[in-house]
Order: sequence, then C-alpha cells, then structure tokens
Amino acid sequence: MIRLEALSKTYATPRGSVTAVDAVSFEVAGGETCVLLGPSGCGKTTTLRMINRLVAPTAGKIFLGERDTDAVDPVELRRGIGYVIQQIGLFPNMTVADNIGVVPRLLGWDAPRRRRRAEELLALLALPPGTFADRYPGELSGGQAQRVGVARALAVDPPVLLMDEPFAALDPVNREAIQDEFLRMQQKLRKTILFVSHDIDEAVKMADRIAIFNQGRLVQFAAPDELLAHPVDAFVAGFVGHDRTLKRLRLTRVREIMTEADAGAVDPKAPGVSPDEDLRRVATLFLERDVERLRCIDEAGRLLGVVTRKAVAARLAIDDAT
Amino acid sequence: MSAAAALRPRLPYAVLAAIVLAITWALVASGLAAEILSYRKDIVYLTRQHLVLVAVSGSAAIVSGVAIGVWLSRPWMARWADGAIQAVNMATSIPTLGKLALMMSLLGIGALPAIVGLWIATLLPIVRNTYEGIRAVPAHVVDAARGMGMGPRAILARVELPNALFVIFAGVRTAMAVNVGTAPIAFLIGGGGLGELIFTGIDLQQHAMMLAGAIPTALLAVAVDFLFGQAQYWFVPRGVNPLRNG
Repeated sequence: MIRLEALSKTYATPRGSVTAVDAVSFEVAGGETCVLLGPSGCGKTTTLRMINRLVAPTAGKIFLGERDTDAVDPVELRRGIGYVIQQIGLFPNMTVADNIGVVPRLLGWDAPRRRRRAEELLALLALPPGTFADRYPGELSGGQAQRVGVARALAVDPPVLLMDEPFAALDPVNREAIQDEFLRMQQKLRKTILFVSHDIDEAVKMADRIAIFNQGRLVQFAAPDELLAHPVDAFVAGFVGHDRTLKRLRLTRVREIMTEADAGAVDPKAPGVSPDEDLRRVATLFLERDVERLRCIDEAGRLLGVVTRKAVAARLAIDDAT
Repeated sequence: MSAAAALRPRLPYAVLAAIVLAITWALVASGLAAEILSYRKDIVYLTRQHLVLVAVSGSAAIVSGVAIGVWLSRPWMARWADGAIQAVNMATSIPTLGKLALMMSLLGIGALPAIVGLWIATLLPIVRNTYEGIRAVPAHVVDAARGMGMGPRAILARVELPNALFVIFAGVRTAMAVNVGTAPIAFLIGGGGLGELIFTGIDLQQHAMMLAGAIPTALLAVAVDFLFGQAQYWFVPRGVNPLRNG
C-alpha cells in the first residue's frame, strides 16, 4: 500500500518559487497498479521521484505500508523499491546478469545466489538466460534492454515498483508486446505499482487506478472506466479524448454482459465470441455483420450465452445528468 | 572474443620489431654496435636513473591525476570545475621544456625539480581525461544507480569509474608518452638519466655515445606504450571497451 498525504514540491527559482507538485493526496492499495497520467510538466514524474526520495518533498508525507518514509534512510528505502526509467539506465560496464544482480549485491547476496536469481528473472521475462545472461547492454535491442530493466527492478522481489514511462521509447509493436507480458506477470506477482505515463491508451490498459495531473495538482483519481465515463472537468475530458467511449470497450469482457439463453432460441448462424474477449471485438462484429446478437461460445463451440446490442449500450450508458 | 581481435592491437608492434631488427643489423655491420656497447656501464647506471625519474613522476601523476579528476567531477565542485579544466588546458599548452625550466627556477637543480616538472606535465592529461570521462557517463545511468539504492561511493566505484575507464586510460597513455619523451631533457636541469649520453654525445659529435642514450630511450618509450596499451585492452570492462567490441 502507498499513501500520499498532501505531498508538495516547490522549487526556488530566480523569478520566485515554482510549485511542481501541489498538495497531492491519494492511496494505492497493495497489489494494484496506479498510472500517473498527464501532459509533460504536470508533476507526475516529480511525484514518483519523491516516493523513493530522489526528490526531497517540500511538505507532506508518504507511507509505504504503515511506514513513514521520512523515518527511513533514503539509500535503504530505495533498495526496497523497484525502479524502472524510460532510458532504462542499464550499466554498460556490466553484463546483463550483473546488472540484475546490483541490488542483491548491495544487500550482500553471494555470487551463486545472484546468478540463480538473474537467470530466474530472465526466464520470467522471456529472455533465454543461456543467450542473454552474459551479454552486455550494448548488445541488446531496445525491447530486450527494457525487459532487463524490469528484471533488474524485480531482483530482490520488492513489494513496490516505480516505473517512469518505462515503455515510452519503444516502437508500437514492441510496446504492445511488453505491456501484455508485463500485465501477465503482474497477474502472478501482484506488486504495488506506480507507473508514470503520458499515453491515455497505455494508462487504460495497465491501470487499476488512474491519477490525472495538471499543473501540479491531482485533478481526478479514479478507475479507468470511471475516468472515461465521468471525467470531472473539461481538462480531463480533453485529455482522455473524444473517443473515450471507444476506449472503454477494452475494459469490459464479454462474460460480464452476456445473458443466458436457450440453445433453441439462438440463431446458430450468429457470429460467435469467446467470453474472455473484450467489447472491442463485440463492437467490431456488430458493425461488420449488422446483427442484433452474438453467440458467446467456449473453445469447443458450446453455447454459453448471448450478447445483445442493448447489453452493450447499457454497459456504456453514461447515467449522469450533467 | 575472437583471436583476430586480440591480435589486431599487436600488429604495429610486429612492424616495429622488424624495423628494430633492420637497424640492429645496420649497427652491427657498420661496427657502431661495438662502440655503443663500450658505454655499457654508463648505459646501465643512467637507465636505472632514468627509470626512477619515469616511474616516480609517472605513478605519482596517475594517482594524483585520477584523484584530482574525480574530485573535480563531484557535484559540489560543479561551480569551479570548468574553470579548473580550462586552467589545466592552458597549463598543458606550456612546452614541457618550459615547465622544467620553471621548476628549476623554483626548486633549483637536481632530481627533485626534474621529477616535479615531469609530474606536472604528466598530470594534466590524466586530470582532464578523468574529469571528461566521468562527465560523459550518461545522467540517466547515474540516476538509475541512485534510484536502486547505491550510495555515492558505490556509484563512483561501480558505475562512474568503470564507464570512464577507457577515456582515463587514453589520458594515461598520452601522459606517459609525454613523460617518457620528456625524461631525457631532465638532464638539462641536473636530473640525470639517459639524456646525459644523448646531449653529451651531440655536443662532442660522438655518434656512438648519442645512440647509447637514444636507443634505450626509444625502447623504453615503446615498452611503456605497449604496457599501457595492453592494460587498456585487458582492464577496461568489455561492455565499454571499443577495442574489444569486435
């Protein structure tokens, strides 16, 4: 669990003081991913860097679990928090295995244990240890390097990960792939993650909670669907975009809106979808095939239920009067 | 690492060996070799003196040069570092003979001013390369190190110095070439060394005497460069060593 209480950062400049982060408070439950989202200069990265004390807060408190981070030595604190940055920052003088072993070494693990852990993590991130453990960072592609960056952050299995635009420098194909892998991994690991991004699509995909920042203030803190359905003001609405309803499609799975149906009452020629697909697939089929209902089927083709246009509309309905 | 990559830096030395053999043959054939060897006692004595000059001034310069370069690269020195490096650059442009003359006017005649003069001449490229090498380590690499919980000393020892090492070694190699090249001049301010045979030989028009000083000086220069070249090849980590990325 991470809790920020009225966290602020003010910089003194020759033209007076500038507030980078203004009394930000929120709480992220253990095992959840919170994406800090906003335009550049909105204070999201500064907020992240205050959590591992790379930036000293001007005012406010940060709690990790029930521990006040003011009471912990910053170097000690950082060893217990995974840290991933956009430029990756692998150490070019060390092999991949040694890079992953940096924090374990600081904590006094012996060499065989560091090696075992590095190989375990490489395997977890789909990099065959036999091929990659003894390479140098200069011999990796961007996607491989960032996987190593994530492995390095996970080395001592910290409960909290801080990720500063970790996938922003990758090409779109690689980015999708590494995001998917990361989500699968997070299903198993259940880390508490703070993730800085400027990309609404990435945020919607990765987040349990989104914190939208503007000019140093926290403007809205909500689950992705809530944020897309009910942006609190014009800034948030503008930031999430006019196509926010389309973005919401990915957040709902077929099984959540399917209704039971008798096999006899369903047209066997209606297109089929899997219960684990999201509504993007459903919407595509409705538009392409011009049908009123879809069959929801399992892998063996057995009928599980139906999905109707009405059910989709009900799901997406914005029920606020404002 | 492939065998070809290991051999590549040795190729110039093979060419050099061939030239040395040719010259040796010429010397022996002309009878000059026997004449040179008649100075054997002087050669041994003065070579020892010469080696002391080079070793003392050189090792002092490496230790203090790296230390000063590291010190200038620390964050709290940021305000002064640029000015200091400019001063170093200016001092480097003073001819080494001039530096020795200055030392003589400050410290008198003998081995001490010679060693101090050589030390200063050797120091400057090492300070500059250490400082520039550390500054060239990307900021995000240092940021990652800090964010992972490395203290300032661990960052210096495990991140900054290893990544700057290739540039530092380049500075040391240049500096030692200057050192070995200048050491014969130490004779002019009473520092002794092989310069004694060279300059006396020139004054007396004794070619054999001059060569008795010049040949060991040249061999020493080649040996020192070979030594530091090999050290650069083997001690700089492979990931940041352009010589070994083949």
